[in-house]
Amino acid sequence: MTATAGSGTRPGSGHPPATTPRGRRRPGLVLAGAGAALLLTLLAGVWVGALPLPPGAVVVTLLDRLLGPLGVHLSGGLSGTQEAVLLELRLPRVVLAALVGAGLAISGAAYQGVFRNPLADPYLLGAAAGAGLGATLVIAYSPVQTVGPFGIVPLAAFIGAMLGVGCALALGTLTGGSHSATLLLAGIAVAAFLAAAQTLVQQQNTDDLREIYGWLLGQLGKAQWSEVLVALPYLGTACLVLLFCGRALDVLAVGDDEAASLGVHPGRLRLLVIVAASLAAAAAVSVSGLIGFVGLVVPHIARRLVGGSNARVLPVSLLIGGAFLVLTDIVARTVVAPAELPIGVVTAFIGAPFFAGLLWVGARRR
Amino acid sequence: MTTPATAQRGARIEVVGLTAAYGRTRVLDSVRLTLEPGGWLAVIGPNGSGKSTLLRSILGFHPHQGQVRIDGVPTTGMRRRDRARSLAYAPQTPVLPDGVTTREYVALGRTPHRPLLAAPRGVDRSVVADVMERLELDRLAERTLATLSGGEQQRAVLARALAQQPRVLLLDEPTAALDLGHAQQVLDLVDRLRRQDGLTVLSTLHDLTLAGQYADRLALLSGGRVAAEGPPADVLTPAALSTHYGARAEVVAGPNGPTVMPVRARD
Repeated sequence: MTATAGSGTRPGSGHPPATTPRGRRRPGLVLAGAGAALLLTLLAGVWVGALPLPPGAVVVTLLDRLLGPLGVHLSGGLSGTQEAVLLELRLPRVVLAALVGAGLAISGAAYQGVFRNPLADPYLLGAAAGAGLGATLVIAYSPVQTVGPFGIVPLAAFIGAMLGVGCALALGTLTGGSHSATLLLAGIAVAAFLAAAQTLVQQQNTDDLREIYGWLLGQLGKAQWSEVLVALPYLGTACLVLLFCGRALDVLAVGDDEAASLGVHPGRLRLLVIVAASLAAAAAVSVSGLIGFVGLVVPHIARRLVGGSNARVLPVSLLIGGAFLVLTDIVARTVVAPAELPIGVVTAFIGAPFFAGLLWVGARRR
Repeated sequence: MTTPATAQRGARIEVVGLTAAYGRTRVLDSVRLTLEPGGWLAVIGPNGSGKSTLLRSILGFHPHQGQVRIDGVPTTGMRRRDRARSLAYAPQTPVLPDGVTTREYVALGRTPHRPLLAAPRGVDRSVVADVMERLELDRLAERTLATLSGGEQQRAVLARALAQQPRVLLLDEPTAALDLGHAQQVLDLVDRLRRQDGLTVLSTLHDLTLAGQYADRLALLSGGRVAAEGPPADVLTPAALSTHYGARAEVVAGPNGPTVMPVRARD
């Protein structure tokens, strides 16, 4: 910095405002754009597939279903098979992808905000390791496949994820109060332990390796409405809580003492955000397996678009995350059709070069 | 001036029998201080004498015994938000969040005045704009904090504290990271705000000459106790500097306050 004693009268005269991306001044525009992108990818997601569906008829049929309760009836002209593919296969899958992507992205953004750490992701506090162990255990040992209407693997993964985060929170709080560095280390300890347990179970049950790996790599292929219904209450609640917490997270960002001097309870607030973010992560993992990258990178993309304020990063992350995962799922099920690629692989394959490009462009603009 | 930022006058602060510890080590021992409305008390003392802990205890961040009263009301009975409307705090090393603009940062000062989850209202925006204009930050409003110079950052932190519309400013080493010119600018600014708004200022300052020039009272902390308290000329004496700092220095009286001149050893 070259500020001199005179800079108090003419502040900033030497600095061009080049470090302010254009979108930062128009967060509303970015939000609308991200919402439009989500809508477009959702439509593309139901159009594209092995059985081609006429786009116009798809839109009319969807409108018919949406407006049906209001007494409006439209005929899209889809055949019975086409309608079944649309409503029972594509739609639940696309909706689930959007939910999971949105949940992971906002969860990652919240974790990054609350820990003031750009490398934080939704699996930081043991959600992934716990879910992995839960899923592995039931795949290897469970004699039943379903509990009531629900698959046992999602159920076990959800319970495992919540237990993992619960252990990390308990350990962190007992040893270091609400101090975030201690909590991070507790998460690492718990995750390492659970991952070791999972590896042990895998090693004892090599017959199930394929199925376990299939789950670990993330998949939306078996998506049904029942899974959407399982995940929706948790994901919906968690996302709503996090959306409301954006401004509070901005206060936390100035450090605990200063946040307290502004009238906030840093410990309570942090706990609320961590619980909500972990709930979103657990619900996402339980229905889709371990999908990496979205929760880590989408918040950074959002930050590049709207700046560092969590009040804007969280909603934008939510929308971009949903759109991104729907898009990657389209790729995952079309490039090697009729087979499918694991979506966890595709998110990294598409996301990493895209993010590298973003970093490149950002560096050149500076 | 009757701008929104100057709606309230400074408060009277009383610190009575304040005792605090880190683990088993007692760092503050029955500290008693009184600040009159509109006064500036600078807490001085050698490293480790408990200056920062005193500020943090007054703010309620550090567990302590004894009482802190704002205009006669004990802070222990106050809700955190109400306390935040009276006391604003600028720490020694403020955390400046990444990618946040100066305006967004200053607006955080409105937190105790609005519901935590709600959007800023018109009055919040106008207070922020007013404070930024007074501190000549309006041209830096859309810049991120990381792109500001050290002096500009310190001004942004002060602006954030003023946006709280506090009655008392607690400043922990406001000039720690600044060169002499920028240190003077910041202290001049605090002095001007104090005179215009009648704000009460409690600061720690390790630079004794600056403390003597700007504050109207000094409190010398040593080993967790108030060793001396009063006008700068009474507190800053060669004997006190020798006893409590282990320093050799001469004190020169001046029209605006005493000046402390270190003297090298001769063997």
